[in-house]
Amino acid sequence: MANYQDIIASCKDKKGGIIEAYHALQREFNYIPREAVAEAARVFGVSEAQAYGVATFYSYLSVEKRGKYIVRMCESAPCHVAGADKVLKAMEDYLGIKVGETTADGKFTLELTECVGQCQATPVITVNSQPVFNVSSEKIPEILSAYK
Amino acid sequence: MAEEIRILLAHADQIDPAQAEDYIKVGGYKGLEKARGMTSKDLIEEVKKSGLRGRGGAGFNAGMKWSFVPPAEVKYVVCNLDEGEPGTYKDRIICEKNAQALIEGMAICGVAINAQQGYIYCRGEYPFVVDLLRKAIQSAKDVGALGDFDIEVRMGAGAYVCGEETALIESIEGHRGEPRFKPPFPGVAGLWGVPTVVNNVETFACLPYILTNGADCFASIGAPKYPGTKVLTLTGDVNNPTYFEVPTNYILSDVVYKLGGGVKNGRKFKAVQVGGTSGAFIPEQNLNTPIDFDSMSAIGAALGSGAVLVMDETRDIVDIVTRISKFFEHESCGKCNPCREGTFRCREIMEKINSGRATEADIDNLLLLARVMKRAALCGLGQAAPVPITSTIEHFGHEYRRKLLQYA
Ligand SMILES: Cc1cc2nc3c(=O)[nH]c(=O)nc-3n(C[C@H](O)[C@H](O)[C@H](O)COP(=O)(O)O)c2cc1C
Ligand code: SF4
Ligand code: FES
Repeated sequence: MANYQDIIASCKDKKGGIIEAYHALQREFNYIPREAVAEAARVFGVSEAQAYGVATFYSYLSVEKRGKYIVRMCESAPCHVAGADKVLKAMEDYLGIKVGETTADGKFTLELTECVGQCQATPVITVNSQPVFNVSSEKIPEILSAYK
Repeated sequence: MAEEIRILLAHADQIDPAQAEDYIKVGGYKGLEKARGMTSKDLIEEVKKSGLRGRGGAGFNAGMKWSFVPPAEVKYVVCNLDEGEPGTYKDRIICEKNAQALIEGMAICGVAINAQQGYIYCRGEYPFVVDLLRKAIQSAKDVGALGDFDIEVRMGAGAYVCGEETALIESIEGHRGEPRFKPPFPGVAGLWGVPTVVNNVETFACLPYILTNGADCFASIGAPKYPGTKVLTLTGDVNNPTYFEVPTNYILSDVVYKLGGGVKNGRKFKAVQVGGTSGAFIPEQNLNTPIDFDSMSAIGAALGSGAVLVMDETRDIVDIVTRISKFFEHESCGKCNPCREGTFRCREIMEKINSGRATEADIDNLLLLARVMKRAALCGLGQAAPVPITSTIEHFGHEYRRKLLQYA
């Protein structure tokens, strides 16, 4: 595993690139560790409060530890009318957690998202940002069991 | 009846969007070449004359926007690929089918305003589009199509408000995506304080066609005051939930019944919401309206992003609008009070109505709150947030009243 200092340093030449650095950190750790926020503040020349403010503004960034697979349910209107509520319930039942929680084995974190721009195949979930199309509550066990 | 007209998507699935050579084989980068041979003034005049208006929602004349940019040493061209409006995926489709046209369009803008650097701000939901665009840009550079113009792709991180141009600029600068006070407009003081043109993907992607075929040719397509084509994305209860490119004088009912193949499962039509989640709900009696910007405004709706959400007779309008009100509460950036507090209260009252605990007085309060938000919110998010509510109270008021306490 790359360490967070190197990841941040690789983005330091991008003007205003702190968000790019956060993305790079999340690709490695799935969240932004506290010490990495402090390091990013130092590298990009902003206060720690500002760096934290950026990390907590965006819904795809997290300063809390998350699972290996981040599963998101789209609940915007087109997915809502296509039955997102039922799919969400099926995921909560299958994983035994509520939205915002991570399974005890650290494998799955369940989140909500607004439209992910794949509305040709509603309802849509994403697993680590890869969309899964035309899901249904019945298909959830099969879909999620494929992630080891 | 008008058919689909494909300008932006003419070579969809026939060329590899990452490869500049493929695009050049079908006539790509000729528009940029032509632009380079023109003076900046003539180029801007040509774009003005084409009548091209912004496809990101506000419908501002693109050439006019460019003409406001003052002389400066450094300027930027920024492409808005935030595409956060629920039900919309047309900018993704344009990139996936014809990324080179976007790149060429940005370079044409660069020639017009004399800028050497472009940025594409791509929403965080599309990491695969970021990869595609980076390859496409590299390929355009490798064949020498871009000259001294360079484009960097930056990725957003899941904030709808970052589609607002000044919030987008804040985000590229590495800040929280909170809109700025305007004026100054980005054209005068944008990214890092210098003159910046922000246009939508679809707006940029129209430019190669305009330069290659001439402004008059573009101006003769579709509605005279909002010429060209529009890429629409159909969702909800239609048989054909996919994307289409149509001339802008296309009639909304044809979108639903011809392109969309009509309402699914043989059911009856109830409503259509155009322009994404911040758009108005349109009832059956207004379906005979062209989709262009001005015609939609005339019926109290908006073309917006070109998303078309169809709802059949069984759909619960109040429940859908309640869901939409949650979207705005969640996406409000919190910078200004009318929206931070207003979207919270809208959601609260909508839930009260939806769960059968409200009275007529709640609807009155909701309408009053909507008026305040439309006038007092700092950016378009807070101003548009009440539109789904007010348009459904207007056209589907009986569905609200059916859920009120005294009717229970
Ligand atoms: C809340 C909000 C969200 C917006 N989202 C987008 C968007 O996702 N894409 C876009 O092109 N414009 C969006 N806009 C409009 C932009 O502010 C801006 O008008 C547009 O990018 C200008 O480009 P155009 O003139 O080519 O349309 C949004 C505006 C607001 C207020
Ligand atoms: S209207 Fe809403 S989103 Fe826009 S600045 Fe105000 S709080 Fe932020
Ligand atoms: S509404 Fe769910 S992907 Fe667009």
